[in-house]
Amino acid sequence: MSVLELRDLQTHFFTDAGVVKAVDGVSFSLDEGEVLGLVGESGSGKSVTGFSILRLVDPPGRVVGGQINFRGQDLAALPEREMRALRGNKIAMIFQDPMMTLNPVLKIETQMVEAVRAHEKVSHAAARDRAISALDKVGIPSPAERLAAYPHQFSGGMRQRVAIAIALLNGPDLIVADEPTTALDVTIQSQILAEVQELARDTGTALIWITHDLAVVAGLADKISVMYAGRIVESGPTDAVLTAPGHPYTAGLLGSIPGHGRRGERLTQIPGMAPNMAHMPQGCAFGPRCPHVSDTCRGSAPQITDYGTGRGLRCHHPILAAEGAA
Amino acid sequence: MLVYLLRRLAQSVFVLIAMMIVVFFGVYMIGNPVDILISPDATPAEIEETMARFGFDQPVYIQFLKFVGNALQGDLGRSFVHGEPAVQLILSYMPATLELAALGLLFSVAIGVPLGVYAGYKADRWQGRAIMTGSIFGFSLPNFWVGMLFILIFAVQLQWLPSTGRGDTVEVLGMRLSIFSSNGLQYMILPALTLALYKASLVTRLARAGTQEALTQDYVKFARAKGVSETRILFVHVLKNIMIPIITVLGLELGSMIAFAVVTETVFAWPGMGKLLIDSITTLDRPVIVAYLMLTVIIFIVINFTVDVIYTLLDPRVRVKGEAA
Ligand SMILES: Nc1ncnc2c1ncn2[C@@H]1O[C@H](COP(=O)(O)OP(=O)(O)OP(=O)(O)O)[C@@H](O)[C@H]1O
Ligand SMILES: [Mg+2]
Repeated sequence: MSVLELRDLQTHFFTDAGVVKAVDGVSFSLDEGEVLGLVGESGSGKSVTGFSILRLVDPPGRVVGGQINFRGQDLAALPEREMRALRGNKIAMIFQDPMMTLNPVLKIETQMVEAVRAHEKVSHAAARDRAISALDKVGIPSPAERLAAYPHQFSGGMRQRVAIAIALLNGPDLIVADEPTTALDVTIQSQILAEVQELARDTGTALIWITHDLAVVAGLADKISVMYAGRIVESGPTDAVLTAPGHPYTAGLLGSIPGHGRRGERLTQIPGMAPNMAHMPQGCAFGPRCPHVSDTCRGSAPQITDYGTGRGLRCHHPILAAEGAA
Repeated sequence: MLVYLLRRLAQSVFVLIAMMIVVFFGVYMIGNPVDILISPDATPAEIEETMARFGFDQPVYIQFLKFVGNALQGDLGRSFVHGEPAVQLILSYMPATLELAALGLLFSVAIGVPLGVYAGYKADRWQGRAIMTGSIFGFSLPNFWVGMLFILIFAVQLQWLPSTGRGDTVEVLGMRLSIFSSNGLQYMILPALTLALYKASLVTRLARAGTQEALTQDYVKFARAKGVSETRILFVHVLKNIMIPIITVLGLELGSMIAFAVVTETVFAWPGMGKLLIDSITTLDRPVIVAYLMLTVIIFIVINFTVDVIYTLLDPRVRVKGEAA
């Protein structure tokens, strides 16, 4: 059964410089226990997509269209009070920057206990016990003592573990993890990745893992959605997308990963920069940076089309499987 | 931490010395106290004798050294008018001023913090704008005018509260205080409110700015992502963060609250140090003026010091840095 189904999500920022369509028609769905990797360059709208699901987009941003179906109810139309009851309870989020997410002047205990008691009428002691077991689960040594500490007494990696523990507290159906390991060094990163993956498998929690790094999702995600300038340009099962990318942008992202592809091959970079979201180019947004760009691309933006089993692609000139393998 | 506090202490001593010089010579310049002390028809011999008794016949620097010497022993001279030691005189008026300032401070926090937090939360709405406009009045209306307006409305028109004087007092720790008797408290409300108005506006603005800033922080968004209620976010997550600057500023302002209660005390005939100062200035009671100024400086120094310590206790980050140092 699908836990989450985004349909044509539109989140726009109404700035003085114009309307920024940070999320412009994003659709995907997730089943229980499934892990979706949401991949894209900086500024492509990944975080805004995540915040839209929790309805936590700050003004001047607003979800202006589409549906966010969570277990059959449309979150976009839910009253704020009911939305609050879901947040941190059925849907949890881990933020991008572990240094800023915990309140510097409140003890870890306060910040964890309140997350439990916001949703359940339990005693402080019971909430505390649950906090201890959550900290234990994410590998924080002597959790009972650490509860009395303040965030600055933890390293960045430890803080992110605390944030992950908080996300796990109420056994959510869905966790949105926004580049939770980007700020951490590589060993801790892979440690946390493995732990989270195991947790998702054990509890049937669906997971959206946001990252700009295809290498991170390769071993973690069941399926991938690649985002570019507020839109999904390619999606499909992880293996299929990584071995035979259909979109030149996906291929470009893959080409820039060290160690991917054949030895001795040069690392390539996608030329140019992500477009200014307030002034999008005519036609295909990736056109100006695309090696295969044609007049068709400049004339009209491509639509999402089926591309093999379970795959979707938004491109006028998809890379053919044979060509991709060559 | 200890090193830091010691350094602060040394600075304070320096400030104290500088103040002694400024105060003594400043006050020395204004008027000749002999004119008041001695009746116009006194004989030259009598004048001579009085001058010598108070030490006015000595050169200025001798007078100053004597003053410093005595001051170090806690003696700032005798009031010409009351005949009592000046320090003792002021100290006997001090509890009335302190309790007034304390209540004023309490009022300004009780009024300013909720208003400011709410104004920050509703910054773009009419509620927030209305509160900010209101705070401009708090800033710009003169104290004596507000005091008289309060007397007019609450004492004369509505007759809810008494207008002048101190009411019943209770002896606590050897001080006579009004704040602990319900009758005395009634007398305090109007002057304390008057005194609090300016500070309440200040606190409102500080709290609003702090709240606005805090609300954009990730930890607020994260608290929302946990499903924590808006009330708890405002009054736990935000408030705890903004209290640090507010307490700092308020602590510093407590000094000025005590020192500048002068006007309010005069309007409400509140028998505190401020009123004593005004009376002493009209009678050129030099030792009392000097003693008042010196005591005020000491109060300022003590308060700043205390604020520093409280600040370290409030902010866990400073606390740890201090321990490490
Ligand atoms: N407060 C804002 N005002 C205006 N535009 C905004 C605002 N926040 C985000 N945007 C727009 O939304 C776009 C997507 O931002 P988002 O944070 O989702 O990017 P991202 O994919 O998460 O990037 P990163 O990898 O750097 O985190 C940005 O390019 C920006 O143009
Ligand atoms: Mg982001």
